[in-house]
Amino acid sequence: MYTQKVMEAFQNPKNVGEIENYDGMGMIGSEACGDIMQVFIKVENGVIADAKFKTFGCAAAIATSSTATEMIKGMTVEEALEVTNKKVIEVLGGLPPQKIHCSVLAEQAIKAAIEDYKNRQKN
Amino acid sequence: MERIYFDHAATTPVDARVLQKMLPYFSDNFGNPNSQHWFGRRSVTAVDEARDLIASLIGAKPGEIYFTSGGTESDNWAIRGAAHAQAAKGKHLIVSAVEHPAMITTAKELEKEGFEVSFAPVDEYGRVDVQKLKALLRSDTTFVGVMTANNEVGTVQPIAEISALCKERGILFFTDAVQAAGALKIDVKDPAVDLLSFSAHKFYGPKGVGVLYIRSGLKMGKIITGGHQERTMRGGTTNVPAIVGMAEAFRLAQEERERNAAYVSSLRDRFISRVLREIPYVKLNGHPQERLPANANFSFRYIEGESLLFSLDLAGIAVSSGSACSSGSLEPSHALLAMGLPEGLAHGSVRFSFGKDNTPAQIDYAVDKLKEIVLKLRALSPLFPKELKNEVFEKEN
Repeated sequence: MYTQKVMEAFQNPKNVGEIENYDGMGMIGSEACGDIMQVFIKVENGVIADAKFKTFGCAAAIATSSTATEMIKGMTVEEALEVTNKKVIEVLGGLPPQKIHCSVLAEQAIKAAIEDYKNRQKN
Repeated sequence: MERIYFDHAATTPVDARVLQKMLPYFSDNFGNPNSQHWFGRRSVTAVDEARDLIASLIGAKPGEIYFTSGGTESDNWAIRGAAHAQAAKGKHLIVSAVEHPAMITTAKELEKEGFEVSFAPVDEYGRVDVQKLKALLRSDTTFVGVMTANNEVGTVQPIAEISALCKERGILFFTDAVQAAGALKIDVKDPAVDLLSFSAHKFYGPKGVGVLYIRSGLKMGKIITGGHQERTMRGGTTNVPAIVGMAEAFRLAQEERERNAAYVSSLRDRFISRVLREIPYVKLNGHPQERLPANANFSFRYIEGESLLFSLDLAGIAVSSGSACSSGSLEPSHALLAMGLPEGLAHGSVRFSFGKDNTPAQIDYAVDKLKEIVLKLRALSPLFPKELKNEVFEKEN
């Protein structure tokens, strides 16, 4: 059911943890649904210098969190907003149909973290 | 890597002795028992012997044993056949809230046909509350279905009391004994049941074959129409090798029951006591004592069950999970929710079901791996509270 890439990302996830003094944080999902994704970003000169995550969820949720945070590192904030769940799925070589919502969660958590960053910039 | 199988509630390997009994019926003795010639007659003998043996082991008459394709068909037939045959008497059916989906889904289908279904609630251990079930009984109730033991948490149900309640009122009582058949003594007279189902692959028999016991004299509808097989009650070419295998597997399961149950429950108890002592924030689901010898079901707080399942799989350990993510739906196990488990804990549930070929060394290896995995997944979890220490404890010597 899972591709080799998904299992690899699940087994050895990158960017696990929290960023102290983060510039943006987004948390999406609920315990009731069985998926919660929390993304932290550090932004320097409009570029995402670091990204970390914590996830409560299935193997696909953990794999997409790892892959999505890996993808946005080094991107500008505007570029990171263009990272869609489809692109995350592409990198992972596909996801089973019932797991697509996990990749949507990753996209939403990144967008929420960026929104949080932008709000902090305004204040 | 050693592969360790802890999912015997899902299915079991066919016992070598059972396989030997089955083999001739695939090729040499291949006749269709419905045929009139010598080839057919040889198969009739084998099927008759299997029926006699199974009947004698559960205190039934051979004419009360009907062969089916397995637990799901038997459950479908029991509730559908009984509901339709009794429809003139009443259209109210009761099943427990923790029945197998084969029952719950079929009961819901019957609702669409105009039957009324009540789901009997269970306590925190998954045991049907007999007083609450009693309160649901009505003058138009025709059928009560409560499993002998639950498939997810292994809780053994008070079917003797429920049987007595039904008998007093002339209501049909069905028990799904799919999980219990290999582990407990099955006797259709004690407690008295009108209908009972089981499936061979849960007790080291082949897949795709099961039994529905139908008490003689009971008016029953059919769900599979066709030829004259099973006294015209269930059409379809008789699966001779599977039936022969089921009878042998059931004979062995019942003969070796006490020894296997004692051994498997010792493995289970070793596993449960180590997990509860060495891993914090864990809940044992199901009844602490009144449970099947093979079953241990835990919820690991702050962790989702499917990620735990796959981590164990990568370590060579096969288990199953009640989390939504493992079942392909978005809802966690209906049975765990019926026990009042919060959704987060239901998503974090994992079932370990042991078998006669497992060893204490496998139990210890699994607990050691489980500790590593729980630490890793909790470190990943945004739900794990910062004020708690992510730790596990040493094995007690």
